[in-house]
Amino acid sequence: MTAHPPSSIETLHNEYRAGRCSVREVIEGYFSRMKAKRALGAYISELEQSALSRADQLDSQLLASGLDILLSKQPLWGVPVAIKDNLHIRDELTTCGSKILENYRAPFDATSVSLMRDAGSIFLGKANLDEFAMGGSGENSAFGPTLHPFSEAHIPGGSSSGSACAVAADLALVSLGSDTGGSIRLPASFCGIVGLKPTYGRVSRYGLVAFGSSLDQVGPLARNMNDLITAYEVIHGHDVRDSTSAPTPRTKIHRQSAIQTRRVRIGIPDEFFVEGLDSSVRAALEKTIQALKDRGAETIPISLPHSSSAIPVYYVIAMAEASSNLSRYDGVRFGTRPEEASFANSLEGFYSGARALFGKEVKRRILLGSFVLSAGYHDAYYRKACQVRRLIAQDFQRAFERVDIIVGPVAPGTAFLRGAHSASPLKMYLNDLFTIPANLAGLPALSVPVGLDPQGMPIGIQLIAPAFQEETLLQVGLDVESLS
Amino acid sequence: MTAPSFEAVIGLEVHCQLSTATKIFCSCPARPPEGVSVSEIPANRNICEVCCGHPGALPVMNSEAVKLAIRAGVAVGSTIRHKSLFSRKNYFYPDLPKGYQISQYETAICEGGGIYVESKGQRKLIRLRRIHLEEDAGKSVHEFGVTLVNLNRAGVPLVEIVGEPDLSSPEEAGDYLRELHAIVTCLGITDGNMQEGNFRCDANVSIRPAGTTELGTRVEIKNVNSFRFVEKALEFEIQRQIAVVSSGKQVVQETRLYDPQKDQTFPMRTKEEAEDYRYFPDPDLMPLIVAQEWIEFEKSHLPELPAQKRARYLRDFALSDQDARYMTAQNAVSQFFENVISQFSEPARVAKMISNLISGEISRLSNESSKAIHESQLTPKHLAQVVELLSRGKLSSTAAKKVLNLAWTSGEAVDSIIQREGLTQENDASALEPLVAEILAQNTAAIEELRSGKEKVMGFLVGQVMRRSSGRGNPAIIQDLIRKQLGVKTKLES
Repeated sequence: MTAHPPSSIETLHNEYRAGRCSVREVIEGYFSRMKAKRALGAYISELEQSALSRADQLDSQLLASGLDILLSKQPLWGVPVAIKDNLHIRDELTTCGSKILENYRAPFDATSVSLMRDAGSIFLGKANLDEFAMGGSGENSAFGPTLHPFSEAHIPGGSSSGSACAVAADLALVSLGSDTGGSIRLPASFCGIVGLKPTYGRVSRYGLVAFGSSLDQVGPLARNMNDLITAYEVIHGHDVRDSTSAPTPRTKIHRQSAIQTRRVRIGIPDEFFVEGLDSSVRAALEKTIQALKDRGAETIPISLPHSSSAIPVYYVIAMAEASSNLSRYDGVRFGTRPEEASFANSLEGFYSGARALFGKEVKRRILLGSFVLSAGYHDAYYRKACQVRRLIAQDFQRAFERVDIIVGPVAPGTAFLRGAHSASPLKMYLNDLFTIPANLAGLPALSVPVGLDPQGMPIGIQLIAPAFQEETLLQVGLDVESLS
Repeated sequence: MTAPSFEAVIGLEVHCQLSTATKIFCSCPARPPEGVSVSEIPANRNICEVCCGHPGALPVMNSEAVKLAIRAGVAVGSTIRHKSLFSRKNYFYPDLPKGYQISQYETAICEGGGIYVESKGQRKLIRLRRIHLEEDAGKSVHEFGVTLVNLNRAGVPLVEIVGEPDLSSPEEAGDYLRELHAIVTCLGITDGNMQEGNFRCDANVSIRPAGTTELGTRVEIKNVNSFRFVEKALEFEIQRQIAVVSSGKQVVQETRLYDPQKDQTFPMRTKEEAEDYRYFPDPDLMPLIVAQEWIEFEKSHLPELPAQKRARYLRDFALSDQDARYMTAQNAVSQFFENVISQFSEPARVAKMISNLISGEISRLSNESSKAIHESQLTPKHLAQVVELLSRGKLSSTAAKKVLNLAWTSGEAVDSIIQREGLTQENDASALEPLVAEILAQNTAAIEELRSGKEKVMGFLVGQVMRRSSGRGNPAIIQDLIRKQLGVKTKLES
């Protein structure tokens, strides 16, 4: 068994190729670390038995044929992976971090999960998350919080808290998360790894438990850009089972620098460099932008005038959709049924008994979402939000006539202390200020680490590209990565 | 002072299950296999993660359902929208697995159009507001003190056909429903079986002083499952509303249910308790885009509609309006009728006879066996042969019924049934004479009555002889013989 966990898919495959370790040994190594670091709360369920038997299968495959033959069809062969616990792995629990789905076993695979499996990866477990992906800190799971991998006092960011923590703490090499308003990029940034939210429609949502259906997107998290690109290549593509999946062809990403191969115009939105942006974050960003410029990129100041409305627009739309998406957890088929005596044959009593199991934040969002859709308020809130959403998307369209990529912060600051925003949901929501616009406009966006703040907490830069321009986005990501 | 007279304003909403092979958003069977009824399918057999509303499952539109909805719209002159949206209608009920129903709210696939209804000899246009696509909910079964949920029906495609409040009497409402039913079944878009809930009706009704134009407070009567019950529910409800207003009170806006056993409507929920469905466009489905080719295809493949068919039957076959209505009410019946009549060179000669046998004996057989005409062993050829023999006096009507009865279940050839059962009509007076004598000898009291002028008794005596001849005797000849033997003059002679 290797003493050190692999730092990339390539180094892992080199170990396999050289025969320095078996797949079983690598997977056993991951499980022993997972057990040692259970206090981090990265996983809700560990799939040790199925992972080890899969490892044995792969080991015998390796005996039968060479690694490179396997890799030509299965680029993630033997790669240990964490799956956010709102994505279905067939026959395993999908809790969504909620008491209400504590015993729910998925009867089918999410499309992204089955693509990951077909690509040869091994599922170590289901990663912790804020309940139903609602929250930005990872503190909001019914099964306990996820802690920051480098500091137990800090939050790892959410809602894909376990997916980010697991990768950063060597409890998985790659993970899948979901991003509705920043839920991949935010924890990736706080934990110092890379995370991609693809274009809306690029990755199938089939088997992803819905939060805000018009915003949700599945994406990968990894330790480096190369691994991220490999995972993205595996999971993207059209899926007939998801009507919102784009019927665009699957592509291979050319792993090369954008800046060194062509003219790259980088847009710097005024609205992303505001008062309140943490000074160390601002400094790290400015340094990165300067370095990209030094290497030949062009920088162009742009404006996204409607982005100031992004938070209210997002919360109206996401909560409206959530209130409807979460209606099915009523205790009839999904959710724990209340004791018969407690509802005394009243259907309403039955529902309130079952739905009492939702956490506080989820209840808040269901209430707000029901309110903004209700008769008399629908036009003022939901309809208005949809209108402004279109304006936000138009801002981006106009900007992308002049630039190839937009850069900005992922969050106003770095990972904060646990409990810091517990008293104020609004403060928590403000953390999503810079990540939300890409979800509202359906654009691909990436978080790449660019340094540490004085406390040693990672800082991420956000890159946003036009719809379906993941290749440009990931290539600029490679450029940013190469600076450090 | 005379009490003011009132008029009723009625609008109907019809939910019609589309006869697609699979459900609207998944590939589960939407209907039982041929010859099997819905009730024979085990509960929760035809379900999957999509129609059960499993977390993470997503809907995919069934294009077949879209085509059928377009066909309905084209047939009633609606405008077919090139782009329409699906919305979520949010409410809680145990048989609604997702907690919302996917329906069309802001825009419907078909808008406008109308249906001509003939009521009491008057032809009237009943306008349609819209026809929209939606999914059916599951079914709650309340028995043994518990509620059980069967999701076989969840996700079966429906069109809701929303009529304008252009109807003014329960009778007119019934006629509208019958015409609409004839149209949708003729189009082949639904099985139209009301017992199985393929065709369900909600009725909105209000009253106002006759001659005024302002609408009164409307009451909705939910889920009435037969033409007759719709008429009766409306009759009751109109009288109830008139009684309320006449006593100086106001009609409450509410939803009511009809109880056919008590022949009454009773309140289900009032406006204050009415649900707020919090409609919004379903983010899981893209806007429904209909290509012009689809519309053109349905237009050019539209079958002959019931009204056109009726006009043709009146013109070509000299059928009465009532007979033509019966022959066109169901596709299977009109097809059968046309297959029979096409075998005759002078259709008008036999049309009435065919129609009578279909609406009489065959309809009775159909009800008795709960089988549609096309599901029996009886073929148009059977009926054509029976009609030919009957019209030529070679088969008595009693014998004809017997042949139809036997052919209905066995499918045996007409010739062979007649031969085996000895059913050829006996037109030979000399063979019938002894039978007449025998019956007359046994019925001396009846003979006295006949002699005293009670002509009704003749029917009885003819019937007795018919029975004695095993239905083979020609009734006209038998009657003749009776009169001859008794020396009673026929009516004409006297």
